[in-house]
Amino acid sequence: MTLVTEKRAPRAHNESRKIRGKVHLREHLMGWLFVGPFGVVFLAFLIAPLGYALYLSLFQKKLIGGTSFVLFDNYVKAFTDPSFLSGAWFVIRFSLVSIPLQIVIALALALILDAVTTLFARFSRLMIFLPYAIPTVIGAVMWGFLYSKGFGPLTDIFGLFGATAPDFLSSDLIFYGLLNVVTWQWAGYYMIILYAALQGVDPTLYEAARMDGAGRWQVATRIKIPLIAPALILILVFSLIGTLQFFNEPQILRFLAAGTIGSDFTPNMYAYQQAFSLANFNYGSAISFALGGIVFICVYAFLFFTRKRRSFL
Amino acid sequence: MKTKRLLATVAMLAAGSGLVACSSDEGGSDASNCTNSITKKDLPVVTMWGWYPNTQLVVDNFNKQNNEVQVCWTNVGQGSDEYDKFQTAISAGTGAPDVIMVEADRIPTFQIQGALVDIKKYGFDAVKANYSDGAWKDVSVGDAVYGVPVDGGPVAMIYRKDIFDKYKITPPKTWAEYEQAAQKVKDAGGPLFGDLGANVSALTMALQIQKGATPFIYDPAQPKAIGVKLNDQPSKDVLDYWGGLAKKGLVGTQDQFTPEYISGVINGNYATYISAAWAPGYLTGAGVGKGQDTGKFAVAPLPQWDAANPVQVNWGGSAFSVTKQAKKPDLAAKVAYGLYADKESLTDGWTNQIIFPLNLTALKDPAFIDLKVAFFNGQQANKEVYVPAADAYKGVSYAPFGQYYLDAMTKQISEVIKGSVTGSQAADRLQEDVAKYAKEQGFTVQ
Repeated sequence: MTLVTEKRAPRAHNESRKIRGKVHLREHLMGWLFVGPFGVVFLAFLIAPLGYALYLSLFQKKLIGGTSFVLFDNYVKAFTDPSFLSGAWFVIRFSLVSIPLQIVIALALALILDAVTTLFARFSRLMIFLPYAIPTVIGAVMWGFLYSKGFGPLTDIFGLFGATAPDFLSSDLIFYGLLNVVTWQWAGYYMIILYAALQGVDPTLYEAARMDGAGRWQVATRIKIPLIAPALILILVFSLIGTLQFFNEPQILRFLAAGTIGSDFTPNMYAYQQAFSLANFNYGSAISFALGGIVFICVYAFLFFTRKRRSFL
Repeated sequence: MKTKRLLATVAMLAAGSGLVACSSDEGGSDASNCTNSITKKDLPVVTMWGWYPNTQLVVDNFNKQNNEVQVCWTNVGQGSDEYDKFQTAISAGTGAPDVIMVEADRIPTFQIQGALVDIKKYGFDAVKANYSDGAWKDVSVGDAVYGVPVDGGPVAMIYRKDIFDKYKITPPKTWAEYEQAAQKVKDAGGPLFGDLGANVSALTMALQIQKGATPFIYDPAQPKAIGVKLNDQPSKDVLDYWGGLAKKGLVGTQDQFTPEYISGVINGNYATYISAAWAPGYLTGAGVGKGQDTGKFAVAPLPQWDAANPVQVNWGGSAFSVTKQAKKPDLAAKVAYGLYADKESLTDGWTNQIIFPLNLTALKDPAFIDLKVAFFNGQQANKEVYVPAADAYKGVSYAPFGQYYLDAMTKQISEVIKGSVTGSQAADRLQEDVAKYAKEQGFTVQ
């Protein structure tokens, strides 16, 4: 068929192709012009550093003997390094607890604020979001002081009941101490995303559901949550990536709890220590890439499973 | 529409100014962002990093007295904060200051990377006589000199007189007595007797050396070979001893230099504070020894393992080194030799117990020796405790990978505090860890 058509009108086709080509070129140019500034920044500040880090990770620099090409030795070392593995295991465990907790809190708050429309709800919305407006570093410093046994409020509060305050900076409780800081910081942010998604839902659906005899609970679980599932998945991916790269909070609290939070507490902190305090940029880069691999696998696995589950919702 | 464009413009301006701010900030190597203000503006400027509590005064003194060069000072953080930044600047090949304050135990770490300048040819002979041979040895690697000594850190036992009086104890002379006294205070319902801080591994190392440990045997003439002995009996004994005190609840396990610890010292939560001669300067700077706390502190010699054969040790103490990135090393060396070497600066340092001077003009000054230290309620601390301790100090050979060693030690001490390992086990693990690292770095470990 195609052959025939081409034979029948070869000139016209060519001409239209030429014109189309010109238009295409112009469109292309315009496209590139728009993408250009972003592309330059993207290449300069993301791709180039990534490439350089990958290049660095293939070498090994020794105090004695200088630098040598070792191919994947640094990666082999990373995946047999107890410091890296224990850090990776910690962030995975932390993700498994902290992400569901944050999402459940954020979802509950978003549903409540969506259902209640008073001035108080608007005020609450702002207050719940506020912790996110505080830089993580400052938030961590603040919680470090709140946890303090010496002058934090915990001692006084527990003292009222004649009990001793838990030390959230001790090695037994640091997990929960960090969990609290992270949840406090991020739940409000996720709540806003979910709340915004809820605002986008067509209200006539609720009316229809109510006419069918659905209660508030049913509206929430059968209509609202399924409809904002994409937003839920989005924040789950965000929080998964963020938590696996855990750095700011433990790095800041480390000053107050150096014994509890070691320099290899999370993989990112370990990479930082290797690069900036031990001058081992090669191994630091390898750890970062290894972490990147773990993040990729976790996110991919998550998206893979949620894709299936979404059809049930 | 208008608002949008306005917003976009504002955002672009903000982004632009952010970039400008980044480009002008070169981490202190730039002479335009000094903490101090330079009045003699036409002179060449040497940049310097340091964190003594009275650096501002020291730098001003130097700049006032000098007509050849001016110092531009930045405090980029205390201890490992500064070292991390310096390490990054070394790796980057740019961004380091001309002159840097370093503790003696870190000099080999930076020297082995070729980051420091041998300052022997820049006027060493003129100032050689100002310091003892031992002081020069601590800042030398082989025959080369990599720093100008400023202060030492003879370790002693700072204690709360009010607590000792209340529980009727006298300063313990041995570590056995220290434990007994701690038990006595605890039994009487008193406060903790001391503190085992995971973040002060350099102090633990000093205490191990006191018992007879030699953590590292390193001869820069043979830079490839290093002796690592972190689990010999003395090392184990000291970790077991402190681990035991912590387990029995006789000492606390708080990180030191943190607000938590300092507030504990102010509140009298610790009867003793095993620390160096420079500690009072940091304590007063943080508010200790002021207000209700005034006059409660005293100092006694460091408890001994064998009272008949006392051993004195050192913690911290620092020097000014010239970095390889200095554009005019001769001028930088002038600054290194001259900073904190004039009488006024030194006197301020030792009257406020900020430094324990290594400069002999200060060390031999009767005013220094006989000083009635205000922090210690008029006690002649130098004469009674610190000068004899400094005189008896024998010197140590430090590792060329000090940062790794101290980090690894911090990790093991925190395991001991947790109770997951004994002190001996921690020492074995540390040995394994550090020896492995040394091998990875290309050393042959003996």
